[in-house]
Amino acid sequence: MRYAETGYYLEIDLATGNIEKVESDPRLTELHLGGLGTNVKLFWDRVPPETKAFDPENLFIISSPLLVGTPAMSFNRTCVTTISPQTDLLAYPMMGGFWAAELKYAGYDKVIFRNKSPKLVYIWINNDKVEIRDASHLKGKGAVETREIIKEELNEPNACVAAIGLAGENRCFLASIEQGRSSASRLGGGAVMGDKNIKAIAVRGTKDLNLARGAEFIEHVNRAQDYIKYRNANPIPGVMTILAGIGSPQEMVHTDERWHTENFMWGNSRLRRRGFWDERIGEEWPRIQLEAIKRLISCYNCPQHCGALISFRDTPRYKMKCFTKMTYAMAAYVDELEFNFRIAQRATEYGVDGFGTPQILAFAVELYEAGILTDKDFEGCPKDKEGRFYWLLDRMVRREGIGDLMADGLYWMAKRLGPEAEALEHNTIKKHEQLPLKLGTLDPIYYLMYTTNEKISITQIEGNWPQGAFPTREMREEFVRDWPQLPDDHFKQYLLDWNPRGENSIPFFPTPYMCSEIVDWMEMLHNIDDALGLCCGMGSFCLKPPYHIHNYPLLVSAALGMDIDEAGLKKIVNRSRNLHRAYNNMKGMSRKDEKPPADHWKRRFPELEEELLSTYYKYKGWNNDGIPTKERLHELDLDYVAEELTKRGILKDGED
Amino acid sequence: MAKIKKKIKTITVDADKCNGCRSCELICSAFHATPKYSSINPARARIQVIRYPMKDIWLPIFAGEYAPAECMGREKYLIDEKQYDECDFCRAACPARDRFKEPDSGLPLRCDMCEDEPPQEKPLCVQWCFSDVLIYEEREEEVEEAEEVDEAEIGLKSLVDKHGLNKLAETFARMTQKG
Ligand code: SF4
Repeated sequence: MRYAETGYYLEIDLATGNIEKVESDPRLTELHLGGLGTNVKLFWDRVPPETKAFDPENLFIISSPLLVGTPAMSFNRTCVTTISPQTDLLAYPMMGGFWAAELKYAGYDKVIFRNKSPKLVYIWINNDKVEIRDASHLKGKGAVETREIIKEELNEPNACVAAIGLAGENRCFLASIEQGRSSASRLGGGAVMGDKNIKAIAVRGTKDLNLARGAEFIEHVNRAQDYIKYRNANPIPGVMTILAGIGSPQEMVHTDERWHTENFMWGNSRLRRRGFWDERIGEEWPRIQLEAIKRLISCYNCPQHCGALISFRDTPRYKMKCFTKMTYAMAAYVDELEFNFRIAQRATEYGVDGFGTPQILAFAVELYEAGILTDKDFEGCPKDKEGRFYWLLDRMVRREGIGDLMADGLYWMAKRLGPEAEALEHNTIKKHEQLPLKLGTLDPIYYLMYTTNEKISITQIEGNWPQGAFPTREMREEFVRDWPQLPDDHFKQYLLDWNPRGENSIPFFPTPYMCSEIVDWMEMLHNIDDALGLCCGMGSFCLKPPYHIHNYPLLVSAALGMDIDEAGLKKIVNRSRNLHRAYNNMKGMSRKDEKPPADHWKRRFPELEEELLSTYYKYKGWNNDGIPTKERLHELDLDYVAEELTKRGILKDGED
Repeated sequence: MAKIKKKIKTITVDADKCNGCRSCELICSAFHATPKYSSINPARARIQVIRYPMKDIWLPIFAGEYAPAECMGREKYLIDEKQYDECDFCRAACPARDRFKEPDSGLPLRCDMCEDEPPQEKPLCVQWCFSDVLIYEEREEEVEEAEEVDEAEIGLKSLVDKHGLNKLAETFARMTQKG
């Protein structure tokens, strides 16, 4: 019997309509756990690195990671894995919600799609019964609408449906896969789904999922639950509100947005709006937010309230999470939050990324104001800020006129328009939109996190380490006093010695070596979460989370009945992480690509940055070009990877 | 019949507070698995969150008595401008629907308030509801002594209702002979 996982993949060839339920190799679980880990392995084994996102050979894997569906709270992530049309690298957009657990209960760990369907279809997985169904009647329909229609026609109110909107159908790189209160939005997962002609994947499962040592598992879960209750009642003092709690940013709950509105550079990261949160806004925005939210909702088996059902006046209902509550208004420089709740509804139906989309809309406006886009490009566009954003959004998801440029995201749009536009594009790393933040002095930890990780997404790999030094020694002592999540106690000293300015402050402290240790630890946590299916808000992405390196192994061991200790777990995720790296190296990624935008910080330190990168690479067991060395690969039982990299001339014989 | 003191256990459902997480369903199914916590399957849960998210309906309902036949009439409820479908509030496993039945055998499920040895402080769904939707209370009342019907008997009774006693007895005899 298989535990925690079902032991089955659903393999669907969209070209022939062939559907197979295939038993997975249990050895893969031992080597890579599940979720992202095993997805990367499947790509390595099956998809030659020359494959492009829209080639039929590109796989679209939608998976339910290892601990999803078990009683461990907040393990509910869906991990999509595919080659990104935007970066041409192996991407893994993730989403919360309910879909992944339902897939487990239907009896599968992954659905693996290959080739393309000749016509628009949706997939209906009802335990052992799996059908590819015609979706011509859903063409052009919104993602929310689509979900409701499918549930209705299947007469299955409890089916979970992941769907794309118009943006995905039109292979817009900012297209998301929408699943109710959650979406997998980054790096063009929705575009690949659209390219394969899959409008939606509906699933209903009523089968058992087994645990090897259930009673022991529950004990560990109970301990984590006690901590969740404790942390919900005791936020961390001295840090800003969204960092004080646990869970994804509780943006539907918090209403005071002075810090974010005034400190981020919204839109195309051009302006910091000091003094924005004035008396009127401070009264109106919270009021509108509370009016719009009908109910606070969570993901599967999670006690938090990160999402909301939105019911705003005459706007059709939809669900929302995180900063989408204001990204559009801020990017458009529209100071009425009402606008945001309206346009976000349309954007959710279209199925687009709520972070990247407002940036690209703002970029188009900026290009127009700079004379790079012309009146002809904007023909028919309303003059008011609100109307302009709606008009641009409509064009983008249809790839009409300049919308076709916008649909590929900031990097490619600028590239296609030429050097002048490229000079204005300043918010991408590895061709992908980043958080609209521009700060003062180079932060060495963020420098490494932003530039070196394969997630390339908004959350990058930050989380467990505080975003900045605490101002006083007392605060630091207080913070480190109770910090069992640390992998090793020596990290405490780094935090104690870290000052906001003067001696021992950024950019030279923490030292490159210390930064390497910190970033490596945080990256490992993200990789564990993505293999096990934990919401990073309850693990890698938050300060002092309920799950950490000391309890993950206990959960995995009890669930699988396979004893894995901390060292063993680290080795497994390092294996998958290096495999992912090597795959992207074969796709051409190397040191040259590991760069933040030039103006990401005002004060840059080129020599230090080189040293940071070199030190980190060495720490990771990568060569100076950012390629895993043969020794490192050998330690991780990845000799076959070393061989392939050598054969391709990416690793040279005798080179270390 | 003699009067005895009986512990009355109630769970008040404050449905407006429900965040829709379905931890109650999950843990109910795990607790009732054999051995305990060895498997999870929310479809086996004796509490189900009836959900129509776009209508803002998340309604936890507990499995009650098994009903051999479906009702003659059906009601629709309109509460706070939300329309609840017929049967939403009904606690019975009945022939008209799949709810509160074991997904494989179709046998009816009933909430037993997590009877356990030693007793649980509260039913598991209550323990796992962090949103204070499920509020548990106990009180003592004097009641007439009644015979406890165990789960196997309820299951058998539903089979008798479905197939008739003779058919069931025949099948049972055949299975016993086969070993
Ligand atoms: S913390 Fe929030 S985003 Fe994470 S699983 Fe819970 S409800 Fe979902």
